[in-house]
Amino acid sequence: MATSTTSPTPEAPPATEPAANRPAITLNGVVKAFRSGSETVRAVDGVDLAIEAGEFFSLLGPSGCGKTTTMRMIAGFEEPTEGTVLLEGKDVTGVAANHRDVNMVFQSYALFPHMSVADNVAFGLRRRRVPKDQIRTRVAEMLDLVELGHRAKHRPTQLSGGQQQRVALARALVNQPSALLLDEPLGALDLKLRQSMQVELKRIQREVGITFVYVTHDQGEALTMSDRIAVMNEGRVEQLGTPAEIYERPATRFVADFIGTSNLVRGVVKGRAGDHWKVEVADGATALVAELPDTVTTGAHIHLTVRPEKMRIGTDAPGTDVSRVPGTVTETVYMGSSTHYQVDIGGGEEVTVYQQNASGSTLVAQRGESVWLSWRPEHSYALSS
Amino acid sequence: MRNRKITPYALVLPAWAWLALFFVVPIGGMLSLSLTTGNVITGFEQSFAVGNYVDAVSTYWEQILRSLFYGACATVLCIAIGYPVAYWIAFKGGPYKSTYLLLILLPFFVSFVLRTISWRFLLSDNGVVLGPLKSVGLVPEGFALLNSAPAVILGLAYNFLPFMILPIYAVLERMDPRMVEAAHDLYAGRFQAFVRVILPVSLPGVFAGVLMTFIPTSSDYVNASVLGGTHNTMIGNVIQTQYLINNNYPIASSITFVLMGLLLIGIFSYARALGTERVMEVHA
Repeated sequence: MATSTTSPTPEAPPATEPAANRPAITLNGVVKAFRSGSETVRAVDGVDLAIEAGEFFSLLGPSGCGKTTTMRMIAGFEEPTEGTVLLEGKDVTGVAANHRDVNMVFQSYALFPHMSVADNVAFGLRRRRVPKDQIRTRVAEMLDLVELGHRAKHRPTQLSGGQQQRVALARALVNQPSALLLDEPLGALDLKLRQSMQVELKRIQREVGITFVYVTHDQGEALTMSDRIAVMNEGRVEQLGTPAEIYERPATRFVADFIGTSNLVRGVVKGRAGDHWKVEVADGATALVAELPDTVTTGAHIHLTVRPEKMRIGTDAPGTDVSRVPGTVTETVYMGSSTHYQVDIGGGEEVTVYQQNASGSTLVAQRGESVWLSWRPEHSYALSS
Repeated sequence: MRNRKITPYALVLPAWAWLALFFVVPIGGMLSLSLTTGNVITGFEQSFAVGNYVDAVSTYWEQILRSLFYGACATVLCIAIGYPVAYWIAFKGGPYKSTYLLLILLPFFVSFVLRTISWRFLLSDNGVVLGPLKSVGLVPEGFALLNSAPAVILGLAYNFLPFMILPIYAVLERMDPRMVEAAHDLYAGRFQAFVRVILPVSLPGVFAGVLMTFIPTSSDYVNASVLGGTHNTMIGNVIQTQYLINNNYPIASSITFVLMGLLLIGIFSYARALGTERVMEVHA
């Protein structure tokens, strides 16, 4: 008896090892063109992505940027005009949706109104002819995971929006897909519910360990939940990176504009000063930049971006080791925890500065007052606009 | 406060008056008429003669059953033709949906009787349908469609087809296409998606369509008299004859009530079988 347990089983090579290294979803040069009247619109215009197994990946962008079309091509509802879609390394281009090992959560939930919650969740398992007793336990487990065990016999129409959303999630997850696709799943919920569902989704994703591909136009959602984000615009991926990379170091002007609030300031590169580059901005003020793209040389006209919360505002002149720009306050907005200042820095440019209200509610400067703005060299970047 | 409480009742009063005048009074009058004896010359006397009903059923049970049978056949035919049409318009109609609907309704700008009479030309012994079939020998020379049960059923199905198409179309058109995609996403092929999702969700439309075709077809008399000849009379023809030709109002009214009762029983048991709450729920 003891010997049989130690003998190696011949049919168990570590076949799952390479699969773990392989991306869950790969898009190679994917293009989707739609005919609209006489002209062709390229909704997705050459997207290359490798989404790792187990990661929470977001496709973020404004409406019409091609993010939903990209997701629908992964699901199999649309076929790419060019390029290939791979699931776990296997080419599935041209394979129908019902033969793909991914499941989708729709924005409209798309629950089956004539079936109970439990029957909705069991739908996929039944189509795959999973044994009945196994279906029962898996459906019960999944409903417990989304905290709807007590609602199994209800009809979807008897549930609240948030509950319907969780049924849609359970209906997809119960099939243990290689990836779960979520198309703006929280779009129809109100703000409070949306925030609690964000936390909930992240918890569920950690628990089941399935790859999530999340389509959203809400940058807050994408930043709080994602491991990585692809920011899309006009059918292309503008930037791919972690939330911190995308927020702190937007690669393009579009990303800087779309994610959070950014100040864009025109400038001319004047040359190096020690570790930094000197950039003349506004009416002759000097900004310091830690690094510039290799293509930028002295005399080049560039756009600098600085986040409003990275700027300091004060009436005293700052030191020369930071960017220093004089200006005039044109507007102050008291926001409770912080105050937002609009500052005219000359040369027809206006910037926004967020100042934490750490010590009382006293304003640093009133409207019309002259101030100094300053920020550290590593907090501003040149954009390839 | 008093006035406020009265206001809703005051507002609904015209509707109640309308119903009372044009529904309750006539139906009450007909009920009392069905329980009279006599004839049109000597006058009718309120005798509460239940015998009229016994006479009606025992004399005309054949026409009653035939009417229900023809109505059922026409309804089934309407579903068989109407569902695919509604499906096609709703899912494949694209920007021309309303054009197709208009095309379906277009013949109905022509009088009902006229349309039925034109079927006599279509189905006549050497008409556009049978003529060519006979000349190539596909159909025997003596074969006739006119004045037969199939002719009546065809006529009924033709005349009431839009009442089946429209409610089914309305349900299919409103259906979230994402729901069908969800079925495909959950490993259902086209057939499974239709049987498990599209068909059950569209049942309320079929239910409404059945009501709107079965009731008028089984009480219709135009099709039977124009296309059915003498051996395929329906209960509608009997009622018409008894009222307008024989002036036997008591018998005519009692047949009317028998038919109404049978239809109500049929509809309620049908709704029961299909589950009205489910029908209502999907609608809501």
